[in-house]
Amino acid sequence: MAYTQPDIAALIPLPPATFHILMAVAQEDRHGYAIIQDVERRTDGELRLSAGTLYRSIQRMLEQGLIDETDDRPAPEFDDERRRYYRISAFGTAVARAETRRMSRLVRMARTQGLLPERA
Amino acid sequence: MRFDRALLHLYPISFRREYGAELTALFELRTRQAGRGLPMLALVIGTVFDVTANAAAAHWDVLRHDLRYTFRTLARSPGFALTAILVTALGIGANTAAFSVADFVLIRPLPFEDPERLVKLWERPPGGGRFELSPPNFNDYKAQLHSFAAIGAFHGISVNLVGQGEPQRLSGTALTGEVLPMLGVKPAVGRAFSDADDRSGYDGGVILSYGLWQRNFGGDAAVLGAKIVLDGEPREVIGVMPKDFHFPNAESALWTLMPQVERENTERDNNWFQGIARLKPGVSRAAANAEMNVIAASLAERFPTENKGIGAAVIALRDELSTQSELMLLALCGAAMCVLLIACANLANLLIARSLVRRRELDVRLALGAGRERLVRQLMTESLVIAAIGGSLGIVIAVVTVPLLSRLVPNSLPLADTPTVDVRVLFVAALVSALTGIAFGVFPALRASGSGDLSGLREGSRSGGGRRARLRSALVVVEVMASVVLLVSSGLLLRALSRVEGTDPGFRADGVVTMRTALPRPQYDSNAVRDRFYRRVLDGVRALPGAQSAAYVSFLPMTFGGGIFPIEAGGIPSNGADGRNASLRYATPAYFSALGIPLRAGRDLEETDELNRPMVAVVSESFAKKYFPGQNAVGQRFKFSPMPGDVNIVGVVGDIKVRGLERASEPQMYLSYKQQPGSWFPFYMPKDLVIRASVPMAQLVPAVRRIIHDADPTLPISSVRSMTELVSDQTASRAVQVRVIGAFAIVAFFLAAVGIHGLLAFSVSQRKHEIGVRMALGAQQGQIVGMVVRQGAVLALCGVIPGIALAYAAGRGMQSLLFGVEPGDAATFVAAAALCVLMTLAGSLMPVLRAVRVAPATVFRSE
Repeated sequence: MAYTQPDIAALIPLPPATFHILMAVAQEDRHGYAIIQDVERRTDGELRLSAGTLYRSIQRMLEQGLIDETDDRPAPEFDDERRRYYRISAFGTAVARAETRRMSRLVRMARTQGLLPERA
Repeated sequence: MRFDRALLHLYPISFRREYGAELTALFELRTRQAGRGLPMLALVIGTVFDVTANAAAAHWDVLRHDLRYTFRTLARSPGFALTAILVTALGIGANTAAFSVADFVLIRPLPFEDPERLVKLWERPPGGGRFELSPPNFNDYKAQLHSFAAIGAFHGISVNLVGQGEPQRLSGTALTGEVLPMLGVKPAVGRAFSDADDRSGYDGGVILSYGLWQRNFGGDAAVLGAKIVLDGEPREVIGVMPKDFHFPNAESALWTLMPQVERENTERDNNWFQGIARLKPGVSRAAANAEMNVIAASLAERFPTENKGIGAAVIALRDELSTQSELMLLALCGAAMCVLLIACANLANLLIARSLVRRRELDVRLALGAGRERLVRQLMTESLVIAAIGGSLGIVIAVVTVPLLSRLVPNSLPLADTPTVDVRVLFVAALVSALTGIAFGVFPALRASGSGDLSGLREGSRSGGGRRARLRSALVVVEVMASVVLLVSSGLLLRALSRVEGTDPGFRADGVVTMRTALPRPQYDSNAVRDRFYRRVLDGVRALPGAQSAAYVSFLPMTFGGGIFPIEAGGIPSNGADGRNASLRYATPAYFSALGIPLRAGRDLEETDELNRPMVAVVSESFAKKYFPGQNAVGQRFKFSPMPGDVNIVGVVGDIKVRGLERASEPQMYLSYKQQPGSWFPFYMPKDLVIRASVPMAQLVPAVRRIIHDADPTLPISSVRSMTELVSDQTASRAVQVRVIGAFAIVAFFLAAVGIHGLLAFSVSQRKHEIGVRMALGAQQGQIVGMVVRQGAVLALCGVIPGIALAYAAGRGMQSLLFGVEPGDAATFVAAAALCVLMTLAGSLMPVLRAVRVAPATVFRSE
């Protein structure tokens, strides 16, 4: 999918849930429940996406082209036919990178102002 | 259905279809993990919150999306959008305005406590119609009636208010203590009169209307307890009524207690008390009516001279309006409904045509996988947006125009004189807008696309669908029909209006200026004082440059219908109820020449007709003819009750329309102002000044004001107006109604023409191929024109024929408004038919031009 810099800029900053979902599907294809679990694990249980929030985010992210639905499915013994799998799109990767850059800049600025005393 | 599946229905269908299965799977998983008890409860509660919040958000997402899409599509076809919005606005606006006024006058409960139990009490004379009650009859009814929780009486008064700047002439109401408590409205400030005041005999108080309080006292509560001078008599302000209190109509600016002497009046044949009463709970109006008629019968037996043949009537306060005002409003509503019908038909046609155009777009979206439900929702949003914009615009139109219709509010009702738009009417208007939008926006589009065979995608498909074409023709026929009804109705009403305006009032109104200077009592009870005043004013006015004649009279024509007295002439006595009566006015000499009433025989009243001379009268031609048929009336004598002694006729003048242009008037008698003894009949003291002048009113009035002020600086001057104004007021409500219905008819005419145009244009574009073939085969342009015009003419004819029948029925329904114009008035019908021909031609013009410009080669090339 062709995209431009303004397309990316239009979506930045990302809502936290969207950014977390992008991270969850960045490395491997995941279905909805797996995304919820992944986000929860990575945030040590701090962010627990509700089912409604998740699927509404997924719907919007599909429309925005941040993620794609994939037809690659795991072996039947691990699969549930009701599940649908998602992966990050090239555009989604670009947006996630842009968002990461924005946040690191923010962190750097905060550090120069003495708001972050030592390196994490 | 399981709990979570049921909850899923809160989501938009498209969302549910996409993610429902997964959401269910997830919920099942969570349920297994949660087990039973508290964790399960927490899961259920959490899910409910999650679904509700997210479903609302999802709906909002869809709506935002659809709205964006809608505005984009509408912006792409601004012609369609604008027409659809305007058509909706016109339909809704016309109806909201018409029904607001009708609701205000006919339906909305009166602003009193338990208004449906409030009634007016009337007497029914044998000749039909209704009379007020005479004081002794009222007292007898009041003593004997058991159907009512309270009975009271009131009558209108006019008083001079002096001491607050310029002297003012105010209308008010004198009432008994029961009336205000009966209405159940609390004063805004102070207190109301009560039965206690009646018992104590206190009648020195006055209650102000909110308007008068604001105007004259700046809304200052300190006015309570202050004394104001009414007709030279100080009265204590005891209260102020609230802003929306109007009784018995919007004109009453103050209320006083009826003095004892009036309540104890014993003239049983002088009807001037208005009876008002509150029904006891559980007693019907019919039962009260029956009881009152029994008492009326016993009164007729006890007092046969005055009460013979007189019945009674109990009428709901709400129904205190003439059938004419009611009919006028109903006609207005009918006309508005015609406009709505035409607007709906037009909108439907527009939307059907559009759905055919959009068929491809919809089929493409279906083919691309959009759910039908999403398309429905999208179309619904579009229709509702058009309806909402059109409806809001219509409501604005209504809010702006409703005050202009205030002339249609009869002043016999206790209502404000300006109608307001009611929330209920607005709600109905909004509902009608929405339904119109959905009914004509969604269904046609769905039927157009719903075939599922995606035929819209096939290039070159020309079919409009025979059924749909018939539906569209039917809609145009309905438009033509309704516009014929409107054209004919407004034509009939216009003819009636011009006939009323053309009625000879019996006097020449142009060049006559009038004003009222009521003489307060008791200062003016003496003849000498009155004569001095009249002489000073009239001599002064007659000396003004440009003034031709000037006179005083009890009441100007068309301002007061009463003053009817039984006439005993030619040896035939009268009881007042047998129609042998005449209306009485006292006048100064030169009244007839000032008003331009022709003198037919004998002489005018003269200054020498004094109190100590034989009583004289000038009578109207109908008086002479009725009481002295075949004789010379001059020199004859008659009597009228309760005046003792004979009256000698010295002159005969032309008849005038005392009761107004549209009503029959009693014969008239004019008595010399000098022969009104002392304070006898004070109500009839000449108070209306009539001046015929050749100079403009603006120049004359200040000079006259100065003369009156010099004669008596405490006298207020009111009702300054030209006689032409007074006469045109007679037709004001008619004129407003004709203008409104006429405007409706014009709108209808154009909408119908647009409808014919739309249908023919569409059919020409559909038949372009056929026309091309015909022309290629040698058809003449004239034949093509004939083909298109014939189609338009058939449509018009199909609408005109039933339209004429309906219009005739409508005319019959409002016959009493037509002032003698036949409901089948040929000229009106011919004019309406001619307009329909014009409408058809106008609607066909563009399509015809397009058809004859069809070049066969282009048509074939485009295939």
